[in-house]
Amino acid sequence: MTDKIRVATTSLAGCFGCHMSFLDIDERLVKLVELVEFDRSPITDIEHCTNCDIGLIEGGVCNSENVHVLREFRNNCKILVAVGACAINGGLPAMRNHISLEECLNEAYINGIGVENPKIPNDPELPLLLDKVRPIHEVVKVDYYLPGCPPSADVFWKFLTDLLAGRNPELPYELVHYD
Amino acid sequence: MYENLETADNQENLKRVVIDPVSRVEGHGKVTLLLDEDNKVKQARLHIVEFRGFERFIQGRPYWELPVLVQRLCGICPVSHHLAAAKAIDQLVGVDPENLPPAADKLRRLLHFGQVLQSHALHFFHLSSPDLLFGFESDISKRNVIAVLNEYPDIGLQGVKLRKYGQEVIRMISGKRVHGTGAIAGGMNKSLTKAERDYLLEDIDQIIEWTSGAVALIKKVHCSNLPYYDDFATIATNYLSLTKNNGALELYHGGIRAKDANGDTIMDHVDYCQYNKHIHEEVRSWTYMKFPYLTALGQDNGWYRVGPLARVNNCDSIDTPLAEQARVEFKQHGSSAMVHSTLAFHWARLIEALHCAESIKRLLNDPDIMGSDLVAQGEKRYEGIGVIEAPRGTLFHHYQVDENDIVTKANLIVSTTSNNMGMNESVRQVAAEYLSGQELTEPLLNNLEVAIRAYDPCLSCATHAIGKMPLQLELVNAEGKLIDKMIKHNNGQIEKLT
Repeated sequence: MTDKIRVATTSLAGCFGCHMSFLDIDERLVKLVELVEFDRSPITDIEHCTNCDIGLIEGGVCNSENVHVLREFRNNCKILVAVGACAINGGLPAMRNHISLEECLNEAYINGIGVENPKIPNDPELPLLLDKVRPIHEVVKVDYYLPGCPPSADVFWKFLTDLLAGRNPELPYELVHYD
Repeated sequence: MYENLETADNQENLKRVVIDPVSRVEGHGKVTLLLDEDNKVKQARLHIVEFRGFERFIQGRPYWELPVLVQRLCGICPVSHHLAAAKAIDQLVGVDPENLPPAADKLRRLLHFGQVLQSHALHFFHLSSPDLLFGFESDISKRNVIAVLNEYPDIGLQGVKLRKYGQEVIRMISGKRVHGTGAIAGGMNKSLTKAERDYLLEDIDQIIEWTSGAVALIKKVHCSNLPYYDDFATIATNYLSLTKNNGALELYHGGIRAKDANGDTIMDHVDYCQYNKHIHEEVRSWTYMKFPYLTALGQDNGWYRVGPLARVNNCDSIDTPLAEQARVEFKQHGSSAMVHSTLAFHWARLIEALHCAESIKRLLNDPDIMGSDLVAQGEKRYEGIGVIEAPRGTLFHHYQVDENDIVTKANLIVSTTSNNMGMNESVRQVAAEYLSGQELTEPLLNNLEVAIRAYDPCLSCATHAIGKMPLQLELVNAEGKLIDKMIKHNNGQIEKLT
């Protein structure tokens, strides 16, 4: 057990689609867990990552909590991987970057259709939003990038099996998509 | 009901207890409790702390981008957003649902059955089955799908393959398993080839058998844990869903039906294009998720639940035989007209998965899905509304465009938003009935997790990971001084730090 490679995963400002695509390795999951052990991840109950070999980050950075979680991953993972369009360049959520945050909030909570009791949620329990949605490499050093929205299951499989075999990960041309 | 616990009358001298974050996928949910000196719960809230602003930033984009833009709300049910947006933009090009070519209508339905099947399989097998198979308070090392694969390999692998099959249905129609392209304004961009159809037909009988087995499994789990499963987190509520014209279960297109806690009809066969007359959303300062309610009943009494429990409760029948039989057994297990058990969400969800599997087989055998008449056209309009039953409940998309086809207004009510009050009430029920007056213990944390997880909540779908609560409780007095702190370690051990 202890000599297994430890993998942690998280989703920041993403849609969980990259995690879905990871699970799309289907039955290969059984083979994978013979070699790796999942640390903090949406599929485990472990709350913080510690001493991990590989950290997979989905999603960009849109609030203070994302920054905190991302730094925890960088500090605890030997290899940090930006997974998917949002982690790499902010992705679709970054479409809000050319609009002021106030305008976005007003649309949802003040001027929206059918909105009653209009006000901007402002409780101290809510984490502070960043003015822009950022790619993760603006916050921490990133070792590898897996492009795609989402990267296909075969990308995850090729990347991880290369790493686990001690090879430098290489994605053949047909696996690289920027959709 | 427990609404009186939403806001304490007098917050002075109350202790604040936080579970933060509730969700770890996006880490954007948390529960706060305020307790008096006898540990009686005076306030309990589930906060959703995510905000993305889709309704604003899609303004200025041409309408035909909507199905592929808004599906990025959610990587677990992208197809539901894709299709809700497609139904809305159908109207922008003057095509009403009844005028969609039969091939396009059936391909969309097939696509959506694949979506609901894979999402329900994911929630049950990958996220919930560890609790149900190992027990809510089992060791942390067991509460994941890997442990299920190790100890119940048959069940675990069935889950993986059921989800795979749903994803393959999606891929055959839309080109990709996640965020594909299939629906366009007025129709679909391709039909199935015979080879694609035959590929999907190969396994469908096995899929139906496995989903039948899953329904039997959850029924056994539920009924062998009575009355606990019927009482836990349970609240008597209104329910809202689409149904077919004849009142049968419907996931793709129908009229709005709402029933009250007694099973009496509040509204039925309502055209969803009128949704704004019937449903408004209240904003509360302590959460980014709004609180929808039926305007006829008002803010206090008009809230409702959606999703599998609502749909299976609301419908008069299911038009596939195995799922219909399962529905009848489901309704018979309770003593009242409506099944209010929150944990029965799991049971209802798997009945729907079975319905999806049966429906997929029926559609695959329908030659229309290989048809070539795929797109209808009509007169341009300036407003479009699309509503669909997503895996987690009724999903509303509403867009307005200008003369240049640019989006000028958007309103989205995602499924989990409609369960906002329900989840809060379930949290308060557990807090009041299972926690109040007791010292903080680990089972308390699990109880709150289990209550929320039953809803399969999904904000950009991340809250799926709600079961992965990073369990740290802090007890702070009214002056902010830390009184008590508990941490659940990775090995499941609870440590009390004071």
